Amino acid sequence: MSVPAINVRDLTKRFRDDGPPAVDAISFAVPRGTVVGLLGGNGAGKTTTISMLLGILVPTAGTVDVLGVDMVANRYPALARLNFSSPYVDLPARLSVRENLSVFGGLYGVAELPARIAELADLLDLGPILDRKTGSLSSGQKTRAALAKALINRPELLLLDEPTASLDPDTADRVRGHLADYAKRSGAAILLASHNMAEVERLCADVLMMKGGRIVDRGAPAALIARYGRADMEQVFLDVARGTRAEAAATP
Amino acid sequence: MTALGAALGRVGAMSKRHLYLFRSSWTRVFDLVYWPVLQMTIWGFVTVFLNQQSSWFAQAAGVLIGAVLLWDVLVRSQFGLTLSLLEEMWSRNLANLFVSPLRPWEFAASLMLLAVARSMIGVLPAALLAIPLFAYSVFDLGLPLIAFWTMLVMLGWSIGLMIGALLFRFGLAAESYAWASIFVIQPISGVWYPVSVLPAWLQPLAWCLPSTYVFEGMRAVVIDKTFRWDLLAGAFVLNLVYMAFAFAAFLYAFALARRRGQLLQSSE
Repeated sequence: MSVPAINVRDLTKRFRDDGPPAVDAISFAVPRGTVVGLLGGNGAGKTTTISMLLGILVPTAGTVDVLGVDMVANRYPALARLNFSSPYVDLPARLSVRENLSVFGGLYGVAELPARIAELADLLDLGPILDRKTGSLSSGQKTRAALAKALINRPELLLLDEPTASLDPDTADRVRGHLADYAKRSGAAILLASHNMAEVERLCADVLMMKGGRIVDRGAPAALIARYGRADMEQVFLDVARGTRAEAAATP
Repeated sequence: MTALGAALGRVGAMSKRHLYLFRSSWTRVFDLVYWPVLQMTIWGFVTVFLNQQSSWFAQAAGVLIGAVLLWDVLVRSQFGLTLSLLEEMWSRNLANLFVSPLRPWEFAASLMLLAVARSMIGVLPAALLAIPLFAYSVFDLGLPLIAFWTMLVMLGWSIGLMIGALLFRFGLAAESYAWASIFVIQPISGVWYPVSVLPAWLQPLAWCLPSTYVFEGMRAVVIDKTFRWDLLAGAFVLNLVYMAFAFAAFLYAFALARRRGQLLQSSE
């Protein structure tokens, strides 16, 4: 059995010794080749969890193994094999898309970089904007450029925070298509934090529901919808966020 | 690829990132050149005036222009390092960098390399302009110029890395330190006057600064036509101590930022 892409045990983060935990002893595994959704309202602990998986935040307790590498002890062997995209992080605005991809390709040690950039430009329809300053792009174009950066090193694990936030439905649909296609072709695992429930239903084989720093439920979208007796993931999300699962279950 | 080769590749990628930035923004290049040229011009005319008034200055022609150019090497070196870090914070790019295989020491090394480049871009035009304007060439200092330049760049690195540590710790709220800190040492570094001018109680503090050794050494070359190896050795030893301390502070602040979750959102 292959090592899971992510294996987390009793992961905890407290930002203050006397404060509540932002992430409270969560455990989960993400097998390779799967797309898993990380859902929860604001402050549920999603970004904190992703930051610990990326190694840019040190946990207070617990273990984080990514691609078989202990991210607390020595994260660097894993970092070259994963990538990340978030609306909270920008690509340098004054550099063109091509220049940004060239810089990050260099940081990840990507071989035959010009060919890889051309390949991504083709895949994500970046050709017309490749030599434009990243800061001058529309939200949708910036998201595609960020996604190209996230794919530059052909990651075995992709961590995505709100990958289609602020995109129009057409662009969002295309991005979802690219992600599904990448996961299928490459066998990479994707951990997706999203507030877009249609996106989660379409992409994710499994969903982790977070609230107050804990994983309060998990399962395939269809299984969760059935378990909560709801019509879609949007309603399941609301039940979890508002703590109305009991009422939901009682509703005929 | 060897580990060293990969590390050099990442340092090169960071350098390329700032080269692209310069290429896309001539105002940034102009800003680098503007202040050194302005300072040199002002002190050049002050020198012309003083030469007419004082036989001492007439004999020590260029000591003030040499001082202002070397001071700018220090300032531009520190600003260059700090500015490269600030560019990453302003563009909210730190998290992208530190989820890549880029190590903190490689990041620091790239900042140091960029500091050298920025100090050269800033000071060389002023140094070249001083030749036709004031018939003064700082290059007449000869080989000692390389030693002075190196010592001042090293001190600029140390101060820049310490400010970098503050930026990691306090975010952009510490930005003002980036521009103000270096000037604290100017009055006691003997830039414009010998250390002997300072009050006796302040002189030991002045001799704790590598810059003091450089400016005293520069005056020894210009006025006494002597290169003081003892001053160079003093500057070098102090620089090694400060660099070790600054590097440790930078890495410690980075580790602290990882514990506090400040790398993802490095704002105020």
